[in-house]
Amino acid sequence: MNTFVVLVENVPGVLTRVASLIRRRGFNIESLTVGHTETPEVSRMTIVVDTDELGARRVEANLYKLINVLRIDNITGQPSVSRDLALVKVTATRETRTEIMQLAEAYRGRIVDVAPNSLMIEVTGNEDKVDSIVEVLRPYGILEMARTGRVTMARGQIQQPAITRIFEDVDAPKEDVAVSYSV
Amino acid sequence: LQKGAAWPRRGNTMKKTGAQILWESLVREGVTCLFGYPGGAILPAYDAMLDYPLRHILVRHEQGATHMADGYARATGNVGVAVATSGPGATNMVTGIATAMMDSSPIVCITGQVGSKLIGSDAFQETDITGITLPITKHNYLITRADEVARVVREAFYVARSGRPGPVLIDITKDAQQSSTEFVWPDAPKLRGYRPDHRPVAREIQHALDLIHSAKRPLILAGHGIMISGAMEVVRQFAERTHIPVTTTLLGIGAFPASHPLNLGMMGMHGEAFVNTAIQEADLLLAFGMRFDDRVTGNLKTYALNAKKIHIDIDPAEINKNVRADVGLVGDLRETLENLLPRIESCDRSEWIGYITDLKGDAAVRDIQNLPDNGHLYAAHVINDIWRTTDGKAIVVTDVGQHQMWEAQYYKHDDARTLITSGGLGTMGFALPAAIGAKVARPDAEVWVVVGDGGFQMTMCELATIVQENIDINIAVINNGYLGMVRQWQEFFYERRYAATPLVNPDFVKLAEAFGLKAMKVTKRADVVTSVEAARRHQGTVLIDFAVEQEDSVFPMVPAGNDLHNMIRRPSAIVETGADA
Repeated sequence: MNTFVVLVENVPGVLTRVASLIRRRGFNIESLTVGHTETPEVSRMTIVVDTDELGARRVEANLYKLINVLRIDNITGQPSVSRDLALVKVTATRETRTEIMQLAEAYRGRIVDVAPNSLMIEVTGNEDKVDSIVEVLRPYGILEMARTGRVTMARGQIQQPAITRIFEDVDAPKEDVAVSYSV
Repeated sequence: LQKGAAWPRRGNTMKKTGAQILWESLVREGVTCLFGYPGGAILPAYDAMLDYPLRHILVRHEQGATHMADGYARATGNVGVAVATSGPGATNMVTGIATAMMDSSPIVCITGQVGSKLIGSDAFQETDITGITLPITKHNYLITRADEVARVVREAFYVARSGRPGPVLIDITKDAQQSSTEFVWPDAPKLRGYRPDHRPVAREIQHALDLIHSAKRPLILAGHGIMISGAMEVVRQFAERTHIPVTTTLLGIGAFPASHPLNLGMMGMHGEAFVNTAIQEADLLLAFGMRFDDRVTGNLKTYALNAKKIHIDIDPAEINKNVRADVGLVGDLRETLENLLPRIESCDRSEWIGYITDLKGDAAVRDIQNLPDNGHLYAAHVINDIWRTTDGKAIVVTDVGQHQMWEAQYYKHDDARTLITSGGLGTMGFALPAAIGAKVARPDAEVWVVVGDGGFQMTMCELATIVQENIDINIAVINNGYLGMVRQWQEFFYERRYAATPLVNPDFVKLAEAFGLKAMKVTKRADVVTSVEAARRHQGTVLIDFAVEQEDSVFPMVPAGNDLHNMIRRPSAIVETGADA
């Protein structure tokens, strides 16, 4: 799995351009989220693609060719924070309600809706955590679920302009960021 | 009018319609002619066009317009322009756009679109052409307001011709053409997400130099990028100083003179066997502006296993795409080689060159000129005679198939941009319209179309364009009554079961005459040269129908996906392309 943070111009059609490119180059999008950033004309995508390192470089180099794409970071393996948000509506009877609420509590989830026969739980975390609570809730009967997909951000300060990263060679010392390939 | 110069008598801030701004912007970009076909949604633009110094060539099918723009671009390196209306006009352009995309040809396609209020309503002749062409354009635009026109045209031309060139489509709604706005010619485009100006780093350059100096069996793989970058001269100097032999891709033909002693000829599926053997035995491949297409490499698992690879390309996405590069230099080829050249030391490669010369043996495309006439007319002879008669100086525009490969083998191109052919997409029907575009771009040049009987019929309606626009080219129809290359594959790989390949053709002579063109039919080898000479003397386009050997095949051949060194060779001295008859 490779995770890319992609900054794009906030113009019509940019999502299609990015998604279409990844599809037509033969890669599978595992997850794609898009939203606003601190800059109004720039949107941020977190794209998870199932591929190896060479494939990831191809994805990156091709994304870079899109004129609306401003910057690409492959943050796979970098210290980063990933979050997925899920809303889970689960069957809750008088007998199971307390139990479910306790489980939600254990995952630091929140009960955001209570109905006579169901509960809605909001849970945030990395995908493993969300997967885990979903599995735990499944025996009670999941009526509906919505997940946002992954948003990711590298920890600390950004090392270098990401655009140059794709030209960097595998073994190169990190300070050399100019255009080159070597393997 | 100079490129970028202000169009006289028109101020910079007058109110103009979107249609006027469109043409004003094109003129400022240096456009003098365009290829198009009018229709409802592009009518306001056509009406305004009459007031601008633009030569409009009326085509017979929008696919032809895109191929003409493409041929225009390939003949000169300048951006070609094609115009069509919305809906079917736009969708007819798709094949031509994809052709230009695959071969990195700079064209700008302008399509009309229904009014912006009607978009999404399935209006008459509405189609989502920016959506349709998204994967086959370098970039595309939908303009819904007149005040976007100038900026978008400026950007479109910049994107089309810079970096790795490619097609750009501009879709303009009818109301954007009709409404008026202040015309302001924008400054040079600034695109934050587009940086075509890569330069390789010193460390990698040094790495490349070390590999070049230590190589014992190096080869230069010369591609289309040499011509796009204008690196012909520096490549020649590089090869001469390093004594490294050169082999070209199909689109690289002309990038290095065919008559140069270091030029081995074409590589790949229908390249010479000794060239492919040399690639397999090389210890260093210098890939100059080429992309290791499957038609060039054969089976990647066995491709040039002994060779280190230095890959120079302006497109970072090409490095390590098909073949793993030991050194990848991303940048303009000419600049990069000019940077390398002063630091190159001359090396002795006589052993390697001698070895390749020995390899040539019986495998080389031979001198078929002096072989006796055995009563058969072979396509190779026809093409070789056209080469001889035109002194190798013509611009030859081919279609796709057997004749295309024979052209590559038997017409020796010494000059860049003199072979125009659809390589990557392999678009049948390309030749005739692309040749019209090439002739418009290079009115001084002698232009020959070499086209099969199948491909010719795909776009032969453009004969009418030739007549209406007074285009003077010559057309050699290599007529074997089959879809020859497909037939060849059926012969080799499908037990000669000729599914849907025999053609019942019209009388091409009568057909051309019906369009008002001079035409002749040639069935004997003895008549080839005289007919070619007659066509050259004649003012205006001449079509020659060459009735060639029907079941002739192109040799040698690497079957698709096979190892490059395992080629199908000419089965016997007699059956080959007439060469040993």
